[in-house]
Amino acid sequence: MQALTNRVKVVDRKPMTFGEKIYLPAVFKGMSITFSHMFRKKPTINYPEQRRQFSPVFRGLHVLNRDEEGRERCTACGLCAVACPAEAITMEAAERKDGEEHLYREEKYAARYEINMLRCIFCGLCEEACPKDAIYLSETFTPSNYSRKKLVYAKEDLLIPNVLTEADDLAKARGL
Amino acid sequence: MSEQQLFKVTIDNITIEVAPGTSILQAARSIGGDVAPPAMCFYSKLQGSGGKCRTCLVEVSKGSEKDPRPMPKLVASCRTTVMDGMEVKNITSPKVVDARAGVVEFLLLNHPLDCPICDQAGECHLQDLGYEHGKAGTRYEFQRRTFKKHDLGPYIQLHMTRCILCYRCVFTADQLTNSREHGVLSRGDHSEIATYIEKSLDNDFIGNVIDVCPVGALTDKTFRFKNRVWFTKPVDAHRDCPTCSGKAQLWMRGDEVFRVTARKDEWGEVKDTADGKPGWICNECRFEKKAANDWVIEGPSVINRHSVIAQGHYLGLKKPEETIVKVMSGQQPRFFMDIHDVSGVNKPNIELSLINGPATSDVFNETKKD
Repeated sequence: MQALTNRVKVVDRKPMTFGEKIYLPAVFKGMSITFSHMFRKKPTINYPEQRRQFSPVFRGLHVLNRDEEGRERCTACGLCAVACPAEAITMEAAERKDGEEHLYREEKYAARYEINMLRCIFCGLCEEACPKDAIYLSETFTPSNYSRKKLVYAKEDLLIPNVLTEADDLAKARGL
Repeated sequence: MSEQQLFKVTIDNITIEVAPGTSILQAARSIGGDVAPPAMCFYSKLQGSGGKCRTCLVEVSKGSEKDPRPMPKLVASCRTTVMDGMEVKNITSPKVVDARAGVVEFLLLNHPLDCPICDQAGECHLQDLGYEHGKAGTRYEFQRRTFKKHDLGPYIQLHMTRCILCYRCVFTADQLTNSREHGVLSRGDHSEIATYIEKSLDNDFIGNVIDVCPVGALTDKTFRFKNRVWFTKPVDAHRDCPTCSGKAQLWMRGDEVFRVTARKDEWGEVKDTADGKPGWICNECRFEKKAANDWVIEGPSVINRHSVIAQGHYLGLKKPEETIVKVMSGQQPRFFMDIHDVSGVNKPNIELSLINGPATSDVFNETKKD
């Protein structure tokens, strides 16, 4: 049969020699490799004291954006949900009533908006699909959690602070 | 009539024979595919429709066998009948492609770009037209026109800003219902679809204006903002209806019927029923029958796989047999998490499909307390 690659190794079924049977040379050979790693450069860092620099295209935890008047930008058009390959995003839309114009930018808004962080693969397709500049992947990790239930993020967890009423929180979130 | 001579027409180098009196558009549709010009106002099931939107413009490079001169200008294919030996250029003519891009730009002058809000998005003919035949940008720099809001009653939502004045709904009301209560008022840039004294439209078949509307100007108020078209699953269903054919398409999610429409053919027009008549459906079927057990479900509708509606709809799905109960000697599996404990979306106690009109913050806030 023709070999598929040129790296084929035929399994050696010969009985072991005395040197191989006492195993010690093999053990020392293995341990020498192990100890040599002690003197190499460490690939890990001590998180969270030390932090690596993020790439400018890093895709982390999602945020839902507000406009300059603090109104929610999302109109629940469903394009993020249809683009999501992991089917992590779900939403329910509602109509804006009179008197809610300061809360929502458009006639329709997302009454419920959820991202299941257990499903999300941080591909950023939702950000790309959004026609309203409403969803962004920020430069932070999703915090880990002991409970699965806390990893389904509702709209309240995702929205950025309101620029008019919660200006301090917004500055803090921006790291200013 | 049976010995009637057929006319030979060549459209984009494809020759077919059609009966005299057929329009170029209908002849092209019988060839099908890309040869058929798009149509926004023409509706083959409505008499007198067509000739308004100009998207179906074609070039006639040879008038007929007897008079082979080309027609001097591009003609509207929906209103021009074929002649024997006529040669028509549609997508093979750069003049037509360019003119069509111009027409799309004109149609989009006043059309708001609120597709993220619009319920028609995903099945909108203007979206398809702009995507297939339009240019990426517009040169229009002025304010788009706006209108005073008209309330057309509890079933039909009118968004006049989205209207392209195709007159299809006016013809529908004229030809399907006993009395037309709406029409086009004013002239030119001010013309708008309206009822004369803001009277609600309550004819038996008036719901069909939703199906004929090529854009999102007339939409179903009982479906308004409930769901996006591509998240609902279209199934063919029928019921015994005394007023109409009862053959409809249900747009379902799970067991909930979100919307009922007439069945559409490949041109986006209402399909004919078995007796050859267009399958218009009545208001009762469309707006009142929102329970799955009102209908006999025939099976999933065939949707073009290039349509966004086809995404995530898996046909011929075979669920594997659940073996846990058998292996565990009759014991039901214990789940670690019920998604409804955590998620606020799709709460079992809110049946969005049964609410009349769009959900508001009231609907969601009420359930937040309990």
